[in-house]
Amino acid sequence: MTKKEQSVSAIKEGTVIDHIPSDSTFKVVEILNLEGHRNIISIGTNLESKRMGKKGIVKVGGKSLTKEEVDKIALVAPNATVNIIKDYDVRKKLHVAVPDELENIIKCSNPNCITNNEKTDTKFYVVKKEPLKVKCHYCERLMEKEDIKLV
Amino acid sequence: MNFKNRDVISIHDFSKQELLFILKASKSMEKKPNPNLLNGKILATLFFEPSTRTRLSFVSAMEQLGGKAIGFANASITSVKKGETLWDTMKMVENYADVIAIRHPLEGSARLAAEASSKPVINAGDGANQHPTQTMLDLYTIQKAKGKLENLHIGMLGDLKYGRTVHSLTTALSHFNPTFYFIAPEALQMPQSYLDELKEKRIKFFIESNLLKVSKKLDILYATRIQKERFPDPIEYEKYRGIYKLDTSLLPHIKKELKIMHPLPRVDEIDKSLDKTEHALYFQQAANGVHVRKALLGLVLGKIR
Repeated sequence: MTKKEQSVSAIKEGTVIDHIPSDSTFKVVEILNLEGHRNIISIGTNLESKRMGKKGIVKVGGKSLTKEEVDKIALVAPNATVNIIKDYDVRKKLHVAVPDELENIIKCSNPNCITNNEKTDTKFYVVKKEPLKVKCHYCERLMEKEDIKLV
Repeated sequence: MNFKNRDVISIHDFSKQELLFILKASKSMEKKPNPNLLNGKILATLFFEPSTRTRLSFVSAMEQLGGKAIGFANASITSVKKGETLWDTMKMVENYADVIAIRHPLEGSARLAAEASSKPVINAGDGANQHPTQTMLDLYTIQKAKGKLENLHIGMLGDLKYGRTVHSLTTALSHFNPTFYFIAPEALQMPQSYLDELKEKRIKFFIESNLLKVSKKLDILYATRIQKERFPDPIEYEKYRGIYKLDTSLLPHIKKELKIMHPLPRVDEIDKSLDKTEHALYFQQAANGVHVRKALLGLVLGKIR
C-alpha cells in the first residue's frame, strides 16, 4: 500500500476498492448498499493519484463482494481494483471488468420499454466497453454511459 | 434450415442466408397454394393496438393454408384492462394456439412475450421498435420487382427518425451491398446510431433533404408517412406534413425502372395519379405480405423445410 492510501484508515479484514474515479466514489458506496453495515467503513475521495490525477477509495471491513456488485462497480469505475484483505494484507487483487451481458444490473432508459412497464428482469448486451455502450435485449435501444441507471 | 418453433421478433435475429431462405419459401407460397398445409393448427392474433392491414394479412395467410385464427384486435376488451400482465396473458394463450402473432404499443413486448410462451411468437409490431414481417415483405417485394437484392440504389424518404420500417429495412438491406440515400428534413433524418452502423459495415450512404437532387440515381424509392402521433407539438407536425408529396411532376426526374414503395397507410405522400404508373409498387407490396406471412407460419410450425 502507498502512503496516500493509508490516509484512509486500513482495515483488518474485508475489501478495498481502489482507483475509483473521484466522481464515482459515492456511486460505488451506493452500489455496496452499506446502510446498516456494522463493521468499519472508510471512504476517501479526491485523493492524489499518479495514474488518475484524483481518485476515490472505499474500504469495507468484514465484507466480500458479490458478482453482481463487482459488475455494477465495473460500470461506474471501469478501472477500479478490488483488493481482498486478510490480516491487513492484500491477499488477492483483481481488476474489475465490464461483462458482456448485464442481467438485472441496470435499467432501460426508454420509458416505452416493456421492462419499465411490467415487472421483469432487465438484460443488456455490451456493444462497446470504452466508452460504454449497451443494447437492451427487449426494446433494442442503445444506451450510452450517461443514460445508464443502476437497478 | 430448420425454423420449427423459432420466434420471429427482430430483423437483427436473422442472417442473410436465413432471410434469403424465407424469401424463397415466400416465392413458393405465392406460386403454389397449399390449402391443407396448416390443417388443424390455430393462430392467435393478439393485437393490443389496432392495425387493419397486418392483422387481416396474418388471418388471411393462416386461413389460406387451412388453419384457423382466433384473437382480439383491441386490448380494451380483454383482461389486460383488468390489469393482467403480458406474461400471464401469454401463459394463457399458449394453451389455446399453436402460433401467436402479437402487436403491442410497448417496445420489447414481443421479446418478453416469446420468453413467456412455449409456442412460437411472431412480432407484428412492438411500439417504435421492430416489425420484422413488414421488413421481410419489403425485401420480397424488392427482390420480385428488381430480380435481385444486391447493389441497388435505395432512397428512403420522409420520417426517417421515427419510422421503424425504415430502420429495419436499412438493417436488412445492409446484407446486400446497397447505396442508401436518406432524404428527409434535418429534424427527421436517420438516427446517428444507424448511420454509425452503416459506416462500420462500410456501406455507402448520402444524407439529403432535396429529393430531386438524387432522384435520378434511385432504383427504389421507399416513401413513409410523417406520423402525426410522433410529434409532441402539432405546429411542428404541420411544418413537415406534405413536405414530400410525390406526384407525376416527379416523372422527368427519375429512372424509367424506378419503383416506389410505401408501407401504407399513405396520407398525402403519394398522389393517386402515380397509382397507374409502372413505378407504383405499394399495392403489390401490401399483397406480398400474405405470401411472406404464409411462409413464416409454415416455417415456424415446422411444415415447410
